[in-house]
Amino acid sequence: MQNTIYLDNNATTKIDEDVLAAMLPYLSIYYGNPSSMHTFGGQVGRSVRQARSQVASLLGAEDSEIVFTSCGTEGDNAAIIAALKAQPNKKHIITTEVEHPAILNLCRKLEKDGYTVTYLSVNNKGQIDFDELEASLTGNTAVVSVMYANNETGVIFPIEQIGQVVKEYGALFHVDAVQAVGKIPLNMKNSTIDLLTISGHKIHAPKGIGALYVRKGVRFRPLLIGGHQERGRRGGTENVAGIVALGKAAELAQQHLADIGREKILRDKLEQGILSTIPNTVINGDPVNRLPNTTNIGFKYIEGEAILLSLDQYGICASSGSACTSGSLEPSHVLRALGLPYSVLHGSIRFSLSRFTTETEIDRVLEVLPGIIDRLRELSPFNSDDADWLKEQEEAVLAR
Amino acid sequence: MWDYTDKVMEHFHNPRNQGKITEKKEGEEIVTGQVGSIACGDALKLHLKIDEETQTIKDARFQTFGCASAIASSSALTEMLKGRKVEEALKLTNKEIAESLGGLPEEKMHCSVMGQEALEAAIYTYKGIPLDTHEEDEGNLICRCFGITDTKIKRIIRENNLTTAEQVTNYVKAGGGCSSCLPDIDDLLYEVANEKEKSVEVATQVWQNNNPSPTPAESTTQTPRPLTNLQKITLIQKVIDEEIRPILAEDGGDMELFDVEGDVVKVILKGACSGCASSTETLKLAIEATLKEFVSPTLTVESV
Repeated sequence: MQNTIYLDNNATTKIDEDVLAAMLPYLSIYYGNPSSMHTFGGQVGRSVRQARSQVASLLGAEDSEIVFTSCGTEGDNAAIIAALKAQPNKKHIITTEVEHPAILNLCRKLEKDGYTVTYLSVNNKGQIDFDELEASLTGNTAVVSVMYANNETGVIFPIEQIGQVVKEYGALFHVDAVQAVGKIPLNMKNSTIDLLTISGHKIHAPKGIGALYVRKGVRFRPLLIGGHQERGRRGGTENVAGIVALGKAAELAQQHLADIGREKILRDKLEQGILSTIPNTVINGDPVNRLPNTTNIGFKYIEGEAILLSLDQYGICASSGSACTSGSLEPSHVLRALGLPYSVLHGSIRFSLSRFTTETEIDRVLEVLPGIIDRLRELSPFNSDDADWLKEQEEAVLAR
Repeated sequence: MWDYTDKVMEHFHNPRNQGKITEKKEGEEIVTGQVGSIACGDALKLHLKIDEETQTIKDARFQTFGCASAIASSSALTEMLKGRKVEEALKLTNKEIAESLGGLPEEKMHCSVMGQEALEAAIYTYKGIPLDTHEEDEGNLICRCFGITDTKIKRIIRENNLTTAEQVTNYVKAGGGCSSCLPDIDDLLYEVANEKEKSVEVATQVWQNNNPSPTPAESTTQTPRPLTNLQKITLIQKVIDEEIRPILAEDGGDMELFDVEGDVVKVILKGACSGCASSTETLKLAIEATLKEFVSPTLTVESV
């Protein structure tokens, strides 16, 4: 069997072997409940506390500011709901058009419940307009939710600058940092961020674990109401193995932040290699303010799913914002928000690297990709942006 | 990941008959049918070489912008077309294209529909029938996102026996954008379902109960004095639309009035129920019987 070349790390990541080794005993030997009043459970409670410290350290936060969750979506939901419940008189939410569905679909639901939502637009680089942000903020704004970095394009928002503006209007500031954590340094000390979401499986921990940072002093109302776990901020017996794994993954992520430059070099090699060998190819998003591991490339006149399934033959894993891959009939809302032409939209591929990506793997992609793109372009009836089929067809009928 | 059959993947990786047709001999005609657009996310340009004398498709080639199943559907379609008579080709349904690939995921059925439409567009072009007067463009626009009319949605509902709006979206994309037309699609589904019930009654009347007296022609629609040509054509169209097509739709078939010359009614037969020669003949006779009954006993039907 051929080796898998995994370049879809913004979708999910491989569990680090050290993370797996750290969590496994909690699925076998140490099965106690951390809340129990006996040594057997108590030792598990210590491990949970250690994991909390590890996560807090990665975020530059205090241990008591970390609430473990089940995933990024839960973190996002819990943050927004908490912010609204804590300020019952404020009925306005601000977010952006390019957020993850965990925020966007929640906001749409909240609109039905009587809240007003402003969806900030982005320019062709995926950046918001500060004038629009300021014009949208009012005393009625309960929470502003902006992602740190975009999952599809890797575009990084100027979070602290946004936070400064948000604070002037007294709104809470939530940041979905699921894609940013472990890829760029985060420090909640002296930050304007009140609530921040992270997820384990994007940083080499398993699926089913995440965390929400809640700034000390921010009033919080739990989403899951139950026992006293997480100091009453999230009911439910702790996912101990997951928590231990997230702690270990956070520790490793912090170590690897130092050599994140290696990922950027490989990403740039991939990107430059593609741009220089394949014509009619564009980088989507902001080429400068971008995660070091992500590139989103539009291959004009062909369709993303066909590219992905061709790459799959070589064991290469990537993803696409094309309509056909999403199961919906519209291409990605993020790429549409950037205002990309359709010729680019449908043929956009995201490659996202990790610390496990090797140069040999990048070379292999550069070796096979030109042939794949060539073959599909040979099949395509399009080769320019202004094909007017209807007109052609009318002429064909008239000619007869 | 989609659950594609091996056949879909095989056609995707090794497509047959890709490209254009550039060379033709005397007595051969090259035509093209195009559907979709770069905005929709899939598009197909189907090229046919037709032998004018035998009315046979000598060669079929395709250019496709789209996903794996769009490419596979186009490739399979060209294989099915080679050697077919033009009239037979026109009867090909999207269902047959999908079946030839061992089936398509429901969400990808619109790829097979695209193949059938490109084929229809090519043959209409060949026949010199302007596409904008084609039935589907005359309907009311239902899905504004993808520009799809009620006529087209109803045809696809009939041909594929669809029962939910979700299926309609999977087959023709309608409702897949802003989803504001989903209630309208539900109405169309309801309409077609009612049509079916009604057609069972009509079928019992028309096809089985062939008592000569009183015939519907005498008792209802026929006027005592001879019809003018225009009246006759209008009446024929009405009978086709109201009495014949709903019954054909029961079995996934369809027909269209092509022309009327004197007492000869020329029709285009389409759809699943007319797949083989013998059933075509039966169908022709059945249509003839209905038209004789409702319009005039002197009519004969020709399939063009």
